[in-house]
Amino acid sequence: MADTNKQGGIFSGLDRETFEHRNQSDYATAAQRGITESLVRKISANKNEPDWMLDIRLEGLRLFQEKPLPTWGPDLSKLNFDEIIYYAAPDEIVEGNKSWEDVPTDVKETFERLGIPEAERKVLAGVGAQYESETVYHRLREEWESLGVIFEDMDIAVQRYPEIVQKYFMKKCVPPSDHKFAALHAAVWSGGTFLYVPAGVKVTQPLQAYFRMNAKNMGQFEHTLMIIEEGAEAHYIEGCSAPKYGANSLHAGCVEIFVKKSGHFRYSSVENWSADTYNLNTKRSIVEEDGHMEWVGGNMGSGVTMLYPCSILIGRRAHADHLGIAFAGAGQIQDTGAKVFHSASETTSNIVMKSLSKDGGASIYRGLIQVASHANDVVSNVKCDALILDDHSKSDTVPQMKIQNNTASIAHEASAGRISTEDIFYLQTRGLTEDEATAMVVNGFIEPIVKELPLEYAVEMNRLIELEMEGSVG
Amino acid sequence: MDIQLEIRDLTVAIDEVEILHGINLTVPKGEVHAIMGPNGSGKSTLSQAIFGHPKYAITGGSINFKGQDIVALAPDKRANLGLFLAFQSPNAVPGVKISTFLKQAVNARRRATDPDAKVLKIREYRELLEGTMDTLHMKREFADRYLNDGFSGGEKKKSEILQMAVLNPDIAVVDEIDSGLDVDALRVVAAGINTLREQNQMGVLIITHYPRILKYIEPDAVHIMMDGNIVNSGDKSLAHKIEEQGYDWLRA
Repeated sequence: MADTNKQGGIFSGLDRETFEHRNQSDYATAAQRGITESLVRKISANKNEPDWMLDIRLEGLRLFQEKPLPTWGPDLSKLNFDEIIYYAAPDEIVEGNKSWEDVPTDVKETFERLGIPEAERKVLAGVGAQYESETVYHRLREEWESLGVIFEDMDIAVQRYPEIVQKYFMKKCVPPSDHKFAALHAAVWSGGTFLYVPAGVKVTQPLQAYFRMNAKNMGQFEHTLMIIEEGAEAHYIEGCSAPKYGANSLHAGCVEIFVKKSGHFRYSSVENWSADTYNLNTKRSIVEEDGHMEWVGGNMGSGVTMLYPCSILIGRRAHADHLGIAFAGAGQIQDTGAKVFHSASETTSNIVMKSLSKDGGASIYRGLIQVASHANDVVSNVKCDALILDDHSKSDTVPQMKIQNNTASIAHEASAGRISTEDIFYLQTRGLTEDEATAMVVNGFIEPIVKELPLEYAVEMNRLIELEMEGSVG
Repeated sequence: MDIQLEIRDLTVAIDEVEILHGINLTVPKGEVHAIMGPNGSGKSTLSQAIFGHPKYAITGGSINFKGQDIVALAPDKRANLGLFLAFQSPNAVPGVKISTFLKQAVNARRRATDPDAKVLKIREYRELLEGTMDTLHMKREFADRYLNDGFSGGEKKKSEILQMAVLNPDIAVVDEIDSGLDVDALRVVAAGINTLREQNQMGVLIITHYPRILKYIEPDAVHIMMDGNIVNSGDKSLAHKIEEQGYDWLRA
């Protein structure tokens, strides 16, 4: 533990040592490795799913077996599909740390230093089944429910709201045929979040996924489906810096968002997966006329990340904002970016991406802006900035533009830089240590994104950066 | 013992080329000393070396402050002993507000002075910051701006003076603060330094090419630096002589 503390930053050490190693053997004893049709049928049967969902799963399995690995982007050849546990039924899961007392002292100390409230610490440590604040969230949920808002575990939503789920689930937005990992996701998805906001309802409070984090059996193939009806508004925030249990080294989640006419939705997430994870997540939204979609994301942790939140603007004057931070540390590849399809006139998009690379990590911005031939007067602004924290870390930018209409106004601005000795010296002459000075420059760099996060997430993000910077220089 | 910055036989090299060849200089708290010299004489090298810039290697001599040789200390340790360097052209730190940054600096200083010192409460800090800004006749919105980001030359200097006033050092080294300032901005900057000098007996080491600033901040001693040596020292009349005759008469 001591070594990873120094080398990879405290939080990444926490992932590796606590959340993988300790529980790997426990978790693996009962559950099946590899994927077969019988496993897919078992998942569906265990969940008591309707036939149409089983059909989606089987179609997904067929496509998964057919489709090749992507040939672009990071190397995925070491990913062994036969080694992975795709699903573990509740009775096959052996709980890790049963109580707060069993959590190692150094982990507790790290949580304290991060300033994470005790209730949340327990969730992060995997002992959150008795999460004291749950009642608070329940009360909030009642308030939304009276307005017709549905905010539910995805598995439960399939049972309770089959007509809505069937209409949207992996149909228009992310069909199983989209790519190999979308197909895999369709076959083995489990858990996740379902949100339905009826027309005209404005949910002013951010909807948080905390309550969901307690759920047992939350797989690494969770499905998020969110429908924002006409004129409705909501903001959804997904769990901050949640290191995951379980030895599965593949995370292939799927997020599908529908923003109807004049709807307004913001999706914020901070992902921090364990260091040997392939995080191959698909996030996409379809935005109708005058609709407004905002993606705010922070990616840290995981070995290889391929994540490009996508907005498909299909109605006039639809707008998408993509704001993101990617942090690549030792042994990590953060291949992230944004895709926007401008499929209607006067649609606009704004993309701001910031990446950090450190200790040999690599951050790649991969983006796509596509303007359809019939879409007039499209405006898109892309800005990506990379900060490279040492000589052996890397950054790259792969922007792609497919502009088929010459009335489009597209701006792309990219910068890559290093923290200068002069910056650090300047702040040191004001009494800040080298580490504090570095953390300050980094926090300033990501400030435009972090200030869009709710306060408690912003604070945690900044603290996380400070911890990552400790002992990083000299 | 009285507080003073005491530089003895200091030699400094950049990339193994010696730039300063044995500087001797003592700046007591409460006094204003000026180092004057033509471009390339080593003035700014001295200021950076006093604070331990990694590019400048100290190859001999000592810098004593508050009873210890600070040559081996990290820049932040030197600062937290009560030294301050006002930069000629400070770097911008986008995304970091002056107020946020200064709060961390103030707390670092407090911690260094007293390990048991509590972090300043938000209200206490605001009183300190706003009180200081009022004294310096600065608009309070100034502290909400990102540190030196998009600042004009004059704003950068004001930012330096504000930081100096909040951190309240025993000795401040002020490097070419008058360069690129119009007379009005220069007055503001000089008034800030004079206020600190009068209220807190701050010692000042002014590094300057031109005598102009010395009309606004009256020095107790003037030292002339040429080619990495202090070649002449005297009272403020030396600055007048430079103003009238330039540096050529000092060249052998």
